[in-house]
Amino acid sequence: MGQIKLESVTKSFGPVEVIPPLDLTIEDGEFTVFVGPSGCGKSTLLRLIAGLEDITSGKISIDGQDATHVPPAKRGLAMVFQSYALYPHMSVRKNIAFPMKMAGVPVDEQNRRIESAAAALNLTDYLDRRPGQLSGGQRQRVAIGRAIVREPGAFLFDEPLSNLDAALRVGMRLEISELHKRLKTTMIYVTHDQVEAMTMADKIVVLQAGVIEQVGSPLELYRAPRNVFVAGFIGSPKMNLLTGPEAAKHNAHTIGTRPEHIAISQTEGTWSGTIGVSEHLGSDTFFHVKCDAFEDPLTVRAGGEVALKYGDKVFLTPDLTQLHRFDAQGLRIA
Amino acid sequence: MATQHSRSAARIMMAPAVILLLGWMLVPLLMTLWFSFKKYLPLRGGDLGWVGFDNYVRFISSSSFWPSVQATLIIVGGVLAITIIFGVLLAILLNQPMWGQGVVRILVIAPFFVMPTVSALVWKNMFMDPVNGLFAHLWKFFGAEPISWLSEASLQSIILIVSWQWLPFATLILLTAIQSLDSEQLEAAEMDGASPLSRFGHITLPHLSRAITVVLLIQTIFLLSIFAEIFVTTQGAFGTKTLTYLIYQRVLESQNVGLGSAGGVYAIILANIVAIFLMRIVGKNLDA
Repeated sequence: MGQIKLESVTKSFGPVEVIPPLDLTIEDGEFTVFVGPSGCGKSTLLRLIAGLEDITSGKISIDGQDATHVPPAKRGLAMVFQSYALYPHMSVRKNIAFPMKMAGVPVDEQNRRIESAAAALNLTDYLDRRPGQLSGGQRQRVAIGRAIVREPGAFLFDEPLSNLDAALRVGMRLEISELHKRLKTTMIYVTHDQVEAMTMADKIVVLQAGVIEQVGSPLELYRAPRNVFVAGFIGSPKMNLLTGPEAAKHNAHTIGTRPEHIAISQTEGTWSGTIGVSEHLGSDTFFHVKCDAFEDPLTVRAGGEVALKYGDKVFLTPDLTQLHRFDAQGLRIA
Repeated sequence: MATQHSRSAARIMMAPAVILLLGWMLVPLLMTLWFSFKKYLPLRGGDLGWVGFDNYVRFISSSSFWPSVQATLIIVGGVLAITIIFGVLLAILLNQPMWGQGVVRILVIAPFFVMPTVSALVWKNMFMDPVNGLFAHLWKFFGAEPISWLSEASLQSIILIVSWQWLPFATLILLTAIQSLDSEQLEAAEMDGASPLSRFGHITLPHLSRAITVVLLIQTIFLLSIFAEIFVTTQGAFGTKTLTYLIYQRVLESQNVGLGSAGGVYAIILANIVAIFLMRIVGKNLDA
């Protein structure tokens, strides 16, 4: 149905190579998230898979069939764009019907699919409205509806939630996850938000400057980041990455310890420091602690009701079983 | 404009402009109406008194009235069709990334800067002249008999000249409209399986509908009153006598101001009928 395989795919815009040779296999039914900082080539990669950009060299196959030179419409993929790209002069119904109309689906079948997609996405009451009369979340659902009715081999999402406000984003995140559980179709999802990646993905592909830094399940990436970049990118708040004599004690160039793996105490511990800014989230509190041993402040997680305040002297103890060690090249030391 | 004071201050400051505009419009309009009810022959006795609706009856019953209305509508319709069809195509072409885009765009817009009189003279003498014109040479090169454009295909020639002048205007407005089309919409349609032609029909053209409406309305207003192109080419001969030209002939060639004024009133009525029709047909595009 929807296995996508990239073999030494490259992409250059003029003399600039944005994607050096890259190999990746996305299994059928998998929810794969491409995540990375902006400009890392994740959207370009998605557009290469969609066929909206030509690859410079290499091979793309979909379900074992060579799709390198197949036009976008014939690849059996549906895409949801960042701007939703709804057709403003058409009603919601016509928007959703458009791909079927282009494919020559009979009208009865069109209506049946529109009704079922609208019911699944809570759009039944809005079918006769224009996109301009809908809210951001509703537009997003219309864009998804337009993708669903094509019954594609795989869905491609290009930062679909970045135009929504925070509350809606959490809601739509759940809806897309549920949609994936229900349809069991391959989905490729591009985002710069590692929280979206962690919460939705079966498989995360971390990209930087067009290079795949690591591929794995969310927890694999969390537990065993392959290098410093992945370590710093996955997890919120980000991992504390420490260099210098303290790292050398552990035979590493850099050591990393997550905020949730540091114990905080007022009486004793490995590193002493002073509390700077503290962020109270109710369930948790994040302290930024300025330690004498390190230049940058450390982020430490504590319970929601810990009675520490700005300027307090504290001691920090990292959980040594959860300590990540990296060599001078930034690679993980096992 | 919150307070009483600022409101009245605003009125006083706007007054000069409003009065000037009103005077500019009302005085000629009232004088036209005034003369249209008089027998007024400046070189043959001057003001010869009131004649009622005599001028109106004579103008409309003249054998050249209906042909002139027809010529006006054919020219306006022909130019509108050509400028909008080719304007859309040129706008799409100019929107493609290409080498020397800026220069090409300026060159395309250039004809709009040429004065109507000049461009009509250039067309008449350098292109359409049956002996020395470029078209004549082209025809002769292929062994054909040169066409004397302005007498054998007079209306088509005028339409060609005027279209050449107004095409840049249409292209410019449509180009700016096409540039505001979200490229993701086109890509979405491409993924949805729409061929280039149906992408044009389903996405680009609806996006351009408002700009096309604007071009249609503005050009109609100006095209109803084209004069210079006819004056320097055919002088109204060979069926190119538009309503505007007929009025000019009545006033200046026949020296009959009263009859010409009555024609002017008819021209106003015709312009309004066309405007109402256009607004009915395309006006709804301007809402939303």
